[in-house]
Amino acid sequence: MPTLVSHPDEVKVLSRRFGQGAANIDRYLELDGYKAVQKAIENGPEWVISEMKASGLRGRGGAGFPTGMKWSFVPKTSEKPKYVLVNGDESEPGTCKDHVIFLHDPHAIIEGTMIAGLAIGAKMGFIYLRGEYRYLLKIVEKAVADAYAKGVLGKNIFGKEGVDFDIVTQTGAGAYEVGEESALMESLEGKRGVPRIKPPFPAVVGLYGGPTVINNAETIASAPHILLMGGAEYAKIGSERNGGTRLFGISGMVERPGIYELPMGYNLKKAIYEVAGGVKGGKKLKAVVPGGSSCPVLTADELDVGLDFDQMGKAGTMLGSGGIVVLDETVSMVEFALRTIKFYQHESCGWCIPCREGTDWLKKTLTRFYNGGGNAKDINNIQYLAENMMGRTFCPLGDAAAMPTIAFVKKFRHEFEEYLGGTRTEKNFITTDELVGAAH
Amino acid sequence: MPDVTLTVDGQKITAPAGTLLIDACKTAGIQIPAFCYYPGLSLQAACRMCVVRIDKMPKLQTACTTPIAEGMVVSSESPEIAQARKATLQLLLGNHPLDCPVCDAGGQCELQDMTFKYGAAHSFYQEPKNHREEQQWSPTVYFDRPRCILCYRCVRMCGEGMDVYALGIQNRGSSAVIAPNIPASQSEDGLQHLDCEECGMCIDVCPVGALTSDTYRYKTRPWEMNHVATVCTHCGDGCKTSLGVRQTIDGSEIVRGDNRDKSGINGDFLCNKGRYGFDFANSPERITQPMLKQADGSHKAVSWDEALRFTGKKLREIREARGGGSIGVVGGNRLTNEEAYLLQKFARSVLGTNNIDHHRTADYVTFAAALSGHRDRFASQHDNEKAPAVLLIGGDPTNEAPLTAWNLRSNVRLNGARLYVANHAQIKLRRQAKAFLEIAPFGYGAVAAYLAGDDAAAQSAAHDGENLGRFREALRGEGSLLILIGSELRGNDLRRLVEFGLALPNTNFALLSDYVNAHGAADMGLLPDMLPGYQPLGGTHDYSSEYGERFSNTPGRDMVGIFDAAQTGDLAALYLVNANPVARYSVDPASLSNTFVVVHDMFLTETVRLADVILPSANLYEKSGSVTNSYGDLQLVKKASDRAGVRTDLELLVRVADAMGADVRKLVPFGKKPQANGIRADLGQTRGAQSGEADRHAVWLTSNNLEIKLSPFDPFAVLDEIQRLVPGYDLLRLQLMSGNDQHLAPAAPADLVRIEPTRRDLVLPAEDTLFTSGTLGRYSPKLVELADKYTHEPVGIPAD
Amino acid sequence: MSTVTDSIFLPATAARFDNLVTLYPVKRSALVPMLLYAQDEIGYVSDAVVAEIAQRLDLLELDVRGVLSYYSMLRTEPAGKFNVQVCTNISCMIVGGYDILDHCKQRLGIGHKGVTPDGQFSLEEVECIGACCWAPAMQVNYDFHDNLTPAKVDAILDDYAAGRGEDVK
Repeated sequence: MPTLVSHPDEVKVLSRRFGQGAANIDRYLELDGYKAVQKAIENGPEWVISEMKASGLRGRGGAGFPTGMKWSFVPKTSEKPKYVLVNGDESEPGTCKDHVIFLHDPHAIIEGTMIAGLAIGAKMGFIYLRGEYRYLLKIVEKAVADAYAKGVLGKNIFGKEGVDFDIVTQTGAGAYEVGEESALMESLEGKRGVPRIKPPFPAVVGLYGGPTVINNAETIASAPHILLMGGAEYAKIGSERNGGTRLFGISGMVERPGIYELPMGYNLKKAIYEVAGGVKGGKKLKAVVPGGSSCPVLTADELDVGLDFDQMGKAGTMLGSGGIVVLDETVSMVEFALRTIKFYQHESCGWCIPCREGTDWLKKTLTRFYNGGGNAKDINNIQYLAENMMGRTFCPLGDAAAMPTIAFVKKFRHEFEEYLGGTRTEKNFITTDELVGAAH
Repeated sequence: MPDVTLTVDGQKITAPAGTLLIDACKTAGIQIPAFCYYPGLSLQAACRMCVVRIDKMPKLQTACTTPIAEGMVVSSESPEIAQARKATLQLLLGNHPLDCPVCDAGGQCELQDMTFKYGAAHSFYQEPKNHREEQQWSPTVYFDRPRCILCYRCVRMCGEGMDVYALGIQNRGSSAVIAPNIPASQSEDGLQHLDCEECGMCIDVCPVGALTSDTYRYKTRPWEMNHVATVCTHCGDGCKTSLGVRQTIDGSEIVRGDNRDKSGINGDFLCNKGRYGFDFANSPERITQPMLKQADGSHKAVSWDEALRFTGKKLREIREARGGGSIGVVGGNRLTNEEAYLLQKFARSVLGTNNIDHHRTADYVTFAAALSGHRDRFASQHDNEKAPAVLLIGGDPTNEAPLTAWNLRSNVRLNGARLYVANHAQIKLRRQAKAFLEIAPFGYGAVAAYLAGDDAAAQSAAHDGENLGRFREALRGEGSLLILIGSELRGNDLRRLVEFGLALPNTNFALLSDYVNAHGAADMGLLPDMLPGYQPLGGTHDYSSEYGERFSNTPGRDMVGIFDAAQTGDLAALYLVNANPVARYSVDPASLSNTFVVVHDMFLTETVRLADVILPSANLYEKSGSVTNSYGDLQLVKKASDRAGVRTDLELLVRVADAMGADVRKLVPFGKKPQANGIRADLGQTRGAQSGEADRHAVWLTSNNLEIKLSPFDPFAVLDEIQRLVPGYDLLRLQLMSGNDQHLAPAAPADLVRIEPTRRDLVLPAEDTLFTSGTLGRYSPKLVELADKYTHEPVGIPAD
Repeated sequence: MSTVTDSIFLPATAARFDNLVTLYPVKRSALVPMLLYAQDEIGYVSDAVVAEIAQRLDLLELDVRGVLSYYSMLRTEPAGKFNVQVCTNISCMIVGGYDILDHCKQRLGIGHKGVTPDGQFSLEEVECIGACCWAPAMQVNYDFHDNLTPAKVDAILDDYAAGRGEDVK
């Protein structure tokens, strides 16, 4: 069971019910649960959307699209039913924040889903968890059942005539790509998790062809808090154009790894050295992957940056999913690059050529390189391959594989070159055998 | 849709709003490369080859998914774009085997062409390519996995285009693979297989050599063949098939059939018969020498001279001794129009008989009569492509007329056409139908009557009376309707149905028949009571003066009448041209023992075995001329291959007539003036007003891939006469010569087309499946193999 | 809904499937969860599972196979009763994920995707399982075990071998 951590710099909005038994509906109600949705019912969709816009909340899945605006894109009227879809297919390496929300505050996700439904005029929501989160599905399933039993879900919610909302929960079965919104819809429709051509965007043509709002679980769970405290108040917590707080998962070589709720714009270096207690065992920090494995790596010199979408963008990387992975001096960047690309190769859906073939050749080349068969040309070839995937693939997975690879080679080229000289790390965990075996 | 104007590479182009950029460019002559894009199939955007730069867009965009917009500024080629395409090709080639020198697709491969264009010659990889053994998925389809670039065209073609869904994708990422519908775990040999309609469309759309056909693979190179576009001999749809022909010591051999340039009436489509069913032509069982029956019943090969002389002498003796009325003539359904015409002319003007018939697979006579005076109501195959509403009553196009089925499916899928299907069986096309009416057994007449307004017929028309009513109402509500009629409707039933249709505001009709020229056989008057163009014998027409003194204006015996006459000893001679009535009509061989039987044929069929004279003949792929499909679309047949020892039916008829002492010039108006109504082309004149004409004509013929044959064996000499004498065959020569189809319809004056109420329609549908083709199918090893495999419905068809 | 008269599943699972198809606007939506639940019961997605699910959802078996082969948690061969899935992705790797994997390999005597001869355990190296902050981590069937050390792994595997392990399904 994941352990909860705490730090004085935290601003507990989303996580304020963590560890308080809020998975129990009565406890959740005691902790102001389902008040936000009632407020939303009273004040109507336009109020909800304006509060969401005022909050400055940006998508917590990683793309950082303003949530209020996303909701406002859904057409008012539609021949086909509208849907809310909660993306709990948390799969970006380094990321486990939604894990704790589902575990500690499942009703917040249910409530957020209902709020989104009210805002766009949907009467049905789906909560989709990654397949590995079966035990969390059980928790969410129980929460949904309790909510029905309490009259929070179903017909005439809170006794309000004509206010109906249903929620269906399910898991995937192991596919990173399904975290992409349109791929998730395909998966939910019982198909291979391959993304759809956009446009049309989900807000217009989404699940079952109906207008659909799809949000990350953390985004959805933030909605009730925003409505309770007011959008403007929420916005104040964060930085410019980056409202509120978010859950940062700090992992890797730090003293106190864990999920911390920090205001947007919080300094990365401070997060690592103060909040997470600094590098484990007093070792030297080599690099940081700041927001899940797809974000370009930062060197130890690049950490003095605010954790929000815009500042991280300016620093040449991304805020991503908030999964901060700290690498100390013992980590081989070649090995790290290989392990990263091995993941994307495994998860590429195979739809488009640059991603399918590009990740495969990157993996093959890096594997050989890592196992001592590299030559000087390989370093350029790796960069060439990655650069020629960038922006050319059907969905962002290609970029997610290419971006970190380019950064590894550019920022740690010397390590790649040293590999050629025979000064490899002593221990090579990743053998060709395993790589071949791990492929599907 | 209103037009929008955009700029591509500095050039202003205009196309209807909603057009995809890739299509708009193509129309304007700007070719954007693509592997996965295929017109008419769902979009993939997977190959990323069609990336272009659009102003104000941050990234390169795929032209295949971008609808054009007013004022859009696009560049389709630039160093940036070329690099993107080159990088994609480099990735593909990383794993693609470079076995181009032996690959079927070599020389006609889209990957090769693009690599040539973008120069992705440099390889970055040292790792070995992933090799997988080639797999045979079906009697016709082979899959070479390493060559596959995963464009998914085959998967979409099989599912969306064919409604078969026998191909899918399995695994993901670099392990993703096209998979057929029978998994290894469920097949006897532990290998994957296909269970499908074997149309070969997957092979056709494959941009590389990943899917290859059993008939062609590793046989030859594309540039070693002559490619001759002609018309498929099998069903009544008349698809263009391009035959790849290679020289052999005894003529030439057809190595491949495909839809090479997609320029024919069939557009993108070709079925298994058009693709693989040419192999009968190469059969070692072909008869290649004339044979005469000996006293002991055996057949002995003789010289052409002997065979023709004997035949001419015998026929003349019989005509003189017992009269032309003692001779019967049966023509085939795979003859050219010219041959069919010449056969009946030979019968009527040389043999002096009207005992003429063919295996009728649809009642074109009633059809022509019912629609006489409505020449604009005959539908073309092309009407299936765009008609807003279609009633298909009877027939099973999926099996019997695959192009018709393809067009109907495409029309429903792409244009939202409303298809109404009425049938006694649960035919596959009901899956595309807006409404399906299950007709009671033998209920076609009742349905026709009910549709025409006879409510009393409802009881015997369909069991579901409510549905029947709704069905009629829906049809009556259509503003424009195409009615496709199966051969189940004949005689009065057919007439009633036509009446129903004519009462609607805007209705076109087509009557579906079997074999490539069943329609032409009827049009050309291979009938005892009808002259070419459905002009009844006994009526007023020009043939009395054209056909000479042996012509009689009295109707002759029909097919049944001819064999009845044989039974009663009244049939002295029977002249059969590529027909097998003995098998088709279960004729008792003994009944023909006192009849002198002459046949033109390719194989020793049940009928041929009984013949006194066997004249080895060419098939449709070995001759020139024209054919008319079920719909009345006329197309050019081009000679593709050759077989030493055989002659076309046209030539044989002329030679037999000659051997009988007939004036060949009267039979075929060939040669130069003053021959009445002959061809006016001059071959020898070097001076005067027409000097140079011969050269010009020769150049023109050559440029149209024709040979100069101003001889009695020139089919165009016969076509001249057809054009002159047959109402409705007012065709445009240039259109024909350029390989385009043109729609013809019977045009005999309405008051002339009368048929006796007691007339027998004698319609006997071929009931061919996808894998049979009358008698001929038996001599196609590939069709036989497929028919053996598919004794059941393919599993690849999902539930409704 | 297709009625399945001779279901290969236990009555409770069959009833669950009957219900599952009614939850969605389109019954095909039940496919992915159904495959997982079927695998939970049968141990893998057998041809018989494919056939029955195709029948229940009115799909072609080819479609079911296409979907099933896409998702990495679904398998077409039996695994051990306890499927040990060790994460070696970045957060786990740098804190010893491969040590854990190596330890499991030695302890169980099998490699990646191997099954012990008694069918009790199988082993898989898996991608990120969403336990990065508590790395290194693994799952045994659906249960998470985190902050692992080789000694802790031994204790966990001992528990499963002795029938004391959790098995949430």
